[in-house]
Amino acid sequence: MTTLVVAEHDNKSLKDATAKMVTAALQLGAPVHLLVAGHDCSGAADAASRLKGVETVLVADDPLYEHILAETMAALILSLADKYDAVLAPATTGGKNYLPRVAAMLDVPQISEILKVVAPDTFERPIYAGSAVQTVQAPPGKKVITVRATAFKAAETGGAALTVGIAAGPDPGLSSFVGEELSKSERPELTSAKIVVSGGRGMQSSDSFQLLERIADRLHAAVGASRAAVDAGFVPNDYQVGQTGKVVAPELYIAVGISGAIQHLAGMKDSKVIAAINKDEEAPIFQIADYGLVADLFKAIPEMEEELKKRGY
Amino acid sequence: MKVLVPVKRVIDYNVKVRVKTDQTGVDFANVKMSMNPFDEIAVEEAIRLKEKGKASEVIAVSIGPREASETIRTALAMGADRGILVKTEGEVEPLAVAKILKAICDEEKPRLVITGKQAIDDDAGQTGQMLAALLGWPQGTFAHKLELDENTARIEREIDGGLQTVEVRLPAVMTTDLRLNEPRYASLPGIMKAKKKPIAEKTPADYGVDATPRLKVLKVSEPPKRQAGVKVKTVVELLDKLKNEAGVLG
Ligand SMILES: Cc1cc2nc3c(=O)[nH]c(=O)nc-3n(C[C@H](O)[C@H](O)[C@H](O)COP(=O)(O)OP(=O)(O)OC[C@H]3O[C@@H](n4cnc5c(N)ncnc54)[C@H](O)[C@@H]3O)c2cc1C
Ligand SMILES: Nc1ncnc2c1ncn2[C@@H]1O[C@H](COP(=O)(O)O)[C@@H](O)[C@H]1O
Repeated sequence: MTTLVVAEHDNKSLKDATAKMVTAALQLGAPVHLLVAGHDCSGAADAASRLKGVETVLVADDPLYEHILAETMAALILSLADKYDAVLAPATTGGKNYLPRVAAMLDVPQISEILKVVAPDTFERPIYAGSAVQTVQAPPGKKVITVRATAFKAAETGGAALTVGIAAGPDPGLSSFVGEELSKSERPELTSAKIVVSGGRGMQSSDSFQLLERIADRLHAAVGASRAAVDAGFVPNDYQVGQTGKVVAPELYIAVGISGAIQHLAGMKDSKVIAAINKDEEAPIFQIADYGLVADLFKAIPEMEEELKKRGY
Repeated sequence: MKVLVPVKRVIDYNVKVRVKTDQTGVDFANVKMSMNPFDEIAVEEAIRLKEKGKASEVIAVSIGPREASETIRTALAMGADRGILVKTEGEVEPLAVAKILKAICDEEKPRLVITGKQAIDDDAGQTGQMLAALLGWPQGTFAHKLELDENTARIEREIDGGLQTVEVRLPAVMTTDLRLNEPRYASLPGIMKAKKKPIAEKTPADYGVDATPRLKVLKVSEPPKRQAGVKVKTVVELLDKLKNEAGVLG
């Protein structure tokens, strides 16, 4: 049969996670269909049809999906589920919200946040903040899976999938969207940036985070944070990297004033190169950093800015 | 209204978890166990609803071994009114937990269930949403702020792009995120009072649920280890290395 991948997008374009999930889906060995549910989402649907390996793109373009609610999205996926053996969604706050509803209604155990497809029914996934990796085999029947996007390469573009419009699913009428406050930034998204500069409690204030932001701008980097920095109100919640925040795996991760608690490492230890600046030479972050600088960040960061400027960044 | 709070007994978040050498699981020997941190936040939120006169009774439920009664006791010491322990052996998957919780909801008829967004042992993040689906209820996951009325809950949610507010009809399930509140410590009088609060003991069979795991864990292994690299002395040396040695500065 077939695998259904639920695309993540902003109606105009696809989020990075979508192309990466397609790679995971192809490893299940069955044809791959993508579901694009949104409103005025032809941009995202077009991009979806160009992903290599995708056979069909199902487009549910309806005001009901202007803001994705778990109840409506799960109802839509369930209305399609008969035709599929596996449903994949990203392990983002989107997929994590609606997919367990789908699994429960299908009476199948969900497999959360897979890192690897070992066989079409066997997967690796992290447990205990990534302190251990579990290899699990799904029972025969439908599979419901969320995918950790950073663990897979993006599928290439250049494909030409068939695009099919589908009707909206039912509206359970249980919930409604009231509003949102989205962080606005010209910087790349945290989960897809090539370089991430993150600050922790050591930053001491939201004002000093501006030091990091200036460095990030020179490097075209995203800015992240530890939980302590978010809890202290230095930066918004969506900056949090870690076990219970975002998982990132950039080419370069620069941790500034972050001690390196396991819950933080869970979200960044798969970065290609890690650099750490911390005034405590015993800080655990140095045990995993490729390059460690023991220094006061309030000296090191302005110096770095000067130096980057000098070098033309 | 009644509020139900499921609380899970997990390895304390401060413990360095070790994988057993035979790869059958992680080592529980002499390891400190605690209430899942997100569930402490859930208990706190429920108690605050009671203090504000919005909740009439707070019921803490745990599904797990006999020792999970200690986790319930912690919730009672914080201020929950009574507990239900559903005794099981071995791992219970989120779907089975959700089925047991559904049966309890059918019996107890709470207007609100508050679960953690994620248990820090299995890192599944499924139970609350599954329970909501099985009950045919709406959900407000990753809650940052709750405003509760007679018939609706307005929930501000932590999402990848920032914050989102949804309104859900009651009864509903809410799952907690880190910044919903700061859980209190149990006071000494609270701990004394908790000793007298009732905990009902049940089994999955009492609720007609088969709690046998459906996923087969083939092995549990250690993740690839990262080696510590080198220390650099200056910012200039750091940038040089990042550019010339690591090739990540463009
Ligand atoms: C359920 C749960 C979930 C969690 N989820 C996450 C998560 O997703 N992400 C996350 O990050 N954490 C998470 N945590 C929290 C985690 O356990 C740590 O508390 C947190 O990561 C610590 O943040 P920090 O390193 O910024 O602060 P600290 O541990 O306080 O470290 C601050 C560091 O800054 C250094 N410093 C201070 N001043 C300076 C200076 N002037 N110059 C240089 N260095 C300086 C210090 O030496 C220290 O190493 C979670 C915890 C729990 C219980
Ligand atoms: N065995 C259990 N007993 C009580 N509550 C549980 C149990 N397992 C999960 N939960 C609840 O469901 C939440 C999410 O767990 P999970 O889906 O396993 O990540 C937890 O924070 C608890 O509130």
